[in-house]
Amino acid sequence: MKMLSRVFLLVFIVAIAGCAGDGAVKPDADDSGVTVLGADGEGALPGEQLVDDSGRPIVMRVHFAFDSSRIDADNRETVEAHAAYLNANGSVKIKLEGHCDERGTREYNLALGERRAQVVARMLAVLGVDRSRLTTTSYGEEKPLDEAHGEAAWKRNRRVEIIY
Amino acid sequence: MLFLRKIIHIVFVGALVFSSATANAILTITITEGGEGGAPIAIAPFKWQGAGALPQQLSDIIGADLRRSGRFAPLTPKQMPSEPWRDQDVQFKEWRLVKATALVIGYIKPVKKDRYRVEFRLYDIFRKRQLAGYRYTVSAQRLRAVAHQISDVIYQKLTGERGVFGSRIAYVSHERRNGERLFRLMVADSDGANPQTIVTSGEPLISPAWSPDGKRLAYVSFENKRSMVYIQNLNDGKRFRVASFNGINSAPAWSPDGKQLAMTLSRDGNPEIYLLHLAKKRLQRLTFHHAIDTEPAWSPDGESLVFTSDRAGAPQVYRKSVDGGRAQRLTFVGNYNARASFSPASNQLTLVTRRKGRYNIAVLQLADNSMQVLTETRLDESPTFSPNGRMVLYATEVKGRGVLASVSADGRVRHLFTLTEGDIREPAWSPHNP
Repeated sequence: MKMLSRVFLLVFIVAIAGCAGDGAVKPDADDSGVTVLGADGEGALPGEQLVDDSGRPIVMRVHFAFDSSRIDADNRETVEAHAAYLNANGSVKIKLEGHCDERGTREYNLALGERRAQVVARMLAVLGVDRSRLTTTSYGEEKPLDEAHGEAAWKRNRRVEIIY
Repeated sequence: MLFLRKIIHIVFVGALVFSSATANAILTITITEGGEGGAPIAIAPFKWQGAGALPQQLSDIIGADLRRSGRFAPLTPKQMPSEPWRDQDVQFKEWRLVKATALVIGYIKPVKKDRYRVEFRLYDIFRKRQLAGYRYTVSAQRLRAVAHQISDVIYQKLTGERGVFGSRIAYVSHERRNGERLFRLMVADSDGANPQTIVTSGEPLISPAWSPDGKRLAYVSFENKRSMVYIQNLNDGKRFRVASFNGINSAPAWSPDGKQLAMTLSRDGNPEIYLLHLAKKRLQRLTFHHAIDTEPAWSPDGESLVFTSDRAGAPQVYRKSVDGGRAQRLTFVGNYNARASFSPASNQLTLVTRRKGRYNIAVLQLADNSMQVLTETRLDESPTFSPNGRMVLYATEVKGRGVLASVSADGRVRHLFTLTEGDIREPAWSPHNP
């Protein structure tokens, strides 16, 4: 114990000296035979919550590539999770709201947003959800999540909102 | 090139008098290109013959109108050798010396309570001839309208084409108030003056379309949490919901006779173009395709429509007869061409085209399918021809803010329309002032 604190003191002094010398901390490279190592495993890992307390999926948005209504593998998982929840909760109805980024014409985007909502509806139906429990609507480019102008904002804005 | 780059800032603040207390954003129009090189014209200050203050100096409004057209360069008061206001005052020689090609004179005289007589005369300086002379008797509120009408007479006499100063523009303004979005459908004079709010909503408003008589507007409102089509009278503010089917109800376009409204409806599961006969309330489906079909616009003869469809994989413009038949594809250059509408002379379409990742306004010549791209900005949309076909008005953005811009069909004259606060978008240019 006494030994350890002495080593720490030594490291501290060397560090201070290093700082005072040229402003940089120098590695402790003496040959006293002491080995100093770090260790991982500290702090909680940032886990992603998939469902809320009622078992309903947390992710409520399905995202799309530019001028596309195709659902990729990641977004398919979102739709599948909602299908599982809806199949387990037979009375729940949802609204699917399609949105686009600001590029292109407003009326074409209104139609494209509807197509995106319908694609999600169709996938849910294929996964066993009755179509009568799903309504679709579109806001086109009129309700952006992010009002900035640029790739990052556009990516967030191309979406279908799943509304319970 | 130097000439084109020269930016002349002549701001027409027509919106000094505000009728509506809720609307406080002022619309200003700036000439950004082509403000020089017009024909020199002298517009002598109209002589005020009343006691007290002149309600409105019409010669200033006329001068601003003519300058904004890019075809005239009004003389400044200092350049004028005299200030004639009666026919017998006109000395052609002194105007020839200052190189004016035409001269406008006039006066304003109160005749009784809130009635003013306005008289004007237009002269050709070289031929030493009077070209036009009119007298109007109006209320103070109508004086601006008289000025625009006089501008239209002058423009037509000197260019042989109809002017558009008496026409109006509709547009949507958008702003945030305490975090809430606020949309307004507005109507203003062609110089931005006299803006009037006709619809206020917390939900989006898009696609205003003028009836051919200029007395009604059709538009799309999301006030019921989805798109529905409305028609609203301008004189009494009454409105009618004309489409609220399942799915989207959108993209209204009046037939040239005003009897039908073309629209996009997805009531049958997919966006298709329908024609609504307004008197009979009968709906006729025009397109039958599993792709997106939207953005209909009528040809001026009322016999066909153009529309946007992605039936070939990407949005392109097609034409179809009102009687049905095959849709004919009109655009082939680029993989995004949309929202086309006809020029009044039927020979051109204005549309949105994507070039190198930018969305620009173009004019397509229907005779040879050649396309001229008129803009170089990034996110241009909603082009609309002026009623004489000379200008295209469209929406764009400057530093992240929505503004309107107009460009002459030859690309020479450009204007910018900005609001003092908020965004301005979705322009629609009215028909000629009847």
